[in-house]
Amino acid sequence: MKHKRTLNQTSFLLLITIVLFFVMYGVGCILFKDQGFAKTQNFLNLFVSNAGLIVISIGMTVVMITGGIDISVGSFVAMGCMMLAWMMEKAGIGAVPAVLAVLATGVVFGFVQGFLVSYMDIQPFIVTLAGMFFARGMTAIISKDMISISNEMFMAWAKMKIYLPVGGHLNKKGVMIYPYVYPTVVIALILLVLAFIMLKYTKFGRSIYAVGGNEQSALMMGLNVRQVKLKAYMLNGFLCGVGSVLFCLNTLGGFVEQAKGFEMDAIASAVIGGTLLTGGVGNVVGTLFGVLIKAVIEAFITFQGTLSSWWTRITIAALLCFFIVLQSVLSMLKKKK
Amino acid sequence: MEKDSVLEMRHIYKTFPGVKALQDVDFTLQKGEIHALMGENGAGKSTLIKVLTGVEEFEAGEIRMEGNEQPIINRSPQEAQKHGISTVYQEINLCPNLTVAENLFIGREPRKGGMIDWKTMNKRAADLLADLDIFADVTKTIDNYSIAIQQMIAIARAVDMSAKVLILDEPTSSLDDNEVEKLFRLMRRLKSEGTGIIFVTHFLEQVYEVCDKITVLRNGRLIGRFTTAELPRVQLVAKMMGKDFDDLAAIKQTGEKEASYKEEDIVIKAVGLGRKGYIKPFDLVIHKGEVVGFTGLLGSGRSETVRVLYGAEKTDEGELFVKGKKLAAKHPIHSMYEGMAYLPEDRKNEGIIADLSVRENLIIALQAKRGMFHLLSRKQQEEFTDKYIDMLQIKTASRETPIKSLSGGNQQKVIIGRWLLTNPDFLILDEPTRGIDVGTKTEIQKLVVKLAQEGMAVVFISSEIEEMLRTCGRMVVMRDGSKVGELCGEEMSQSTIMSTIAGGQ
Repeated sequence: MKHKRTLNQTSFLLLITIVLFFVMYGVGCILFKDQGFAKTQNFLNLFVSNAGLIVISIGMTVVMITGGIDISVGSFVAMGCMMLAWMMEKAGIGAVPAVLAVLATGVVFGFVQGFLVSYMDIQPFIVTLAGMFFARGMTAIISKDMISISNEMFMAWAKMKIYLPVGGHLNKKGVMIYPYVYPTVVIALILLVLAFIMLKYTKFGRSIYAVGGNEQSALMMGLNVRQVKLKAYMLNGFLCGVGSVLFCLNTLGGFVEQAKGFEMDAIASAVIGGTLLTGGVGNVVGTLFGVLIKAVIEAFITFQGTLSSWWTRITIAALLCFFIVLQSVLSMLKKKK
Repeated sequence: MEKDSVLEMRHIYKTFPGVKALQDVDFTLQKGEIHALMGENGAGKSTLIKVLTGVEEFEAGEIRMEGNEQPIINRSPQEAQKHGISTVYQEINLCPNLTVAENLFIGREPRKGGMIDWKTMNKRAADLLADLDIFADVTKTIDNYSIAIQQMIAIARAVDMSAKVLILDEPTSSLDDNEVEKLFRLMRRLKSEGTGIIFVTHFLEQVYEVCDKITVLRNGRLIGRFTTAELPRVQLVAKMMGKDFDDLAAIKQTGEKEASYKEEDIVIKAVGLGRKGYIKPFDLVIHKGEVVGFTGLLGSGRSETVRVLYGAEKTDEGELFVKGKKLAAKHPIHSMYEGMAYLPEDRKNEGIIADLSVRENLIIALQAKRGMFHLLSRKQQEEFTDKYIDMLQIKTASRETPIKSLSGGNQQKVIIGRWLLTNPDFLILDEPTRGIDVGTKTEIQKLVVKLAQEGMAVVFISSEIEEMLRTCGRMVVMRDGSKVGELCGEEMSQSTIMSTIAGGQ
């Protein structure tokens, strides 16, 4: 039996997101041609400024596929950054142990939230709302004042440029300038690939989809639903830890008000990338493009120069509406069929 | 042990708080046999299945497989599956967002180097389905397929995992005739390969079409195991309902007077009304001042018929006239405007609003009918409530008591009051007397007769035939989702009703 592969609903949504990104980027290239929007470096900067968000959004996607949500991630990033800053600057702990401590905190945080959600049957929204308040509060307990990081090793990581061997251009002095990224981008992309493989090719990955698709069915088919959910939240916690470190490498400091609304950016990126809030459907590649779409809008506003940066939010709002309506229309069409 | 038996359950006991769900029940399944498990509501079918599949624990008894002396105990559905017992439930347990192949193999995916081997998985899935003559593209997500195909895929999964005992729990209730035929073909195929199939269903026709043996339960007790070919239908019905057919014929019917109705008295007229896969097209006329009963076995389409009349379920063919006017829009609120009222079967979920007071529960339908801009004043609400508490003799501490603290019978009275308050011309009561005490039952029966005498048209559904005979002037008999007869006056007796339900024979 040979079947023609038809485009299903999920891949259709993913395709729209990818096309939308390239159309927006293309429009930017045309509009801001003189300011260098089309430069490779500018394209890479979309990743550079959002490496942390990419990692956090991967975690959010995993949790959302199980049918859950995590609104504590923004506060956790603030806490993670503050922990790094405090440990390195106030407690004199080295950069490596400080980073490991934040990663461990992320896993523990994910374990507690995941345990409450899966084994205590508490709504993920409520559990992570508590997590959100807790993490933000703890940030202020560690320090009410902003702490800037000057740890040598940490600064070295932050400034390490990894040059691409291609895509260079000659500057005014005739020297070849190659475009570069920071290690944060490399880490984010490696995690993205790993997450993609995990979701598509491992038993755990497929169980995540099964649990999100129909929890009761997953249980009846012999999957350990509670364990799958707990693991998903722990994975998300770990990614939050990594995300905080990457975020901190950009901002180089801890501050109570940091990363406010970050959780909403992550959720919006996942939804624009085709993840359903109801669970069962989602893809980290889509999520990456969700983040990039936000990044392009921000780049637009920077290059345009006069618009308020709040236009990012307004545009994201419009896109969210568009994608949610599109999802509903598609599933309605499917039902009719 | 019997020869060739694949499953034997002996002296099974199970008690729920206040209910003896299973008492000394035996069940034997042979290899390559399709065995119907039958019984009315509360007979213990579901409990027996749950005990067998490890969903519930049992207190006493033994379960043996394939003649092994060592009894098995299943503590979870997974454990039952390891012992070779798989179940396919009415609500299909598949994940709609996964592909057909994944649904077949999830939890036991073929792997290569630790990673899922999609190619092998799709190949094996395609082979499995092709072998069972199920046509589906294994790479498509399962929500692309009809319920019937999904059901068969669920069966394919169950069979592929373990093919000793397959339990099908009401698999046909949402399938049409054509789909049922396909399912039966698959069942016969599995039977010929030696699988023992337990088939739980309400549909008599299907039992006689496909089953070799029938085990009947009633009130948690075993009534007997019969060979299908040797058990006439009417006997089966009598065994399920707990009446001896021959004795019944002797009961004399006290004369029900047959009223003659005029054309203008017609309240409800349905012509070829039906919905595919839900209720077969039927014609029905109900007059003013008449109590019409709907009878039939559980799942025969009694409730489905009245839900269609009320507009709680959409129809896809036929027409419905209310007092001579064609009712086009099918939504409960329109039916309410036409003077219809419906008391659903499932009081807990569809009737009472547990945390609201008696007063609020009473006035809610009238308020909905009036619309939110014509609010009933508090004083009016209280007057109505007091009037109905008095009229229906509702036992409640006060009109502001939350309805959940009332007894079942009194809750039911509040719900009846709710609909009487809307002053309906046509009242549908679906199992209004289930689970309430005898005294209240009689009160409700009297009330129904009184309402009809005052000119209301009433539909009354009950599982108890005696109650129906006392209350109804005419009976509509349902079987397997279609209307199979109407009885009135002299014809109305337990024996005629049973033989109509059984059909044929």
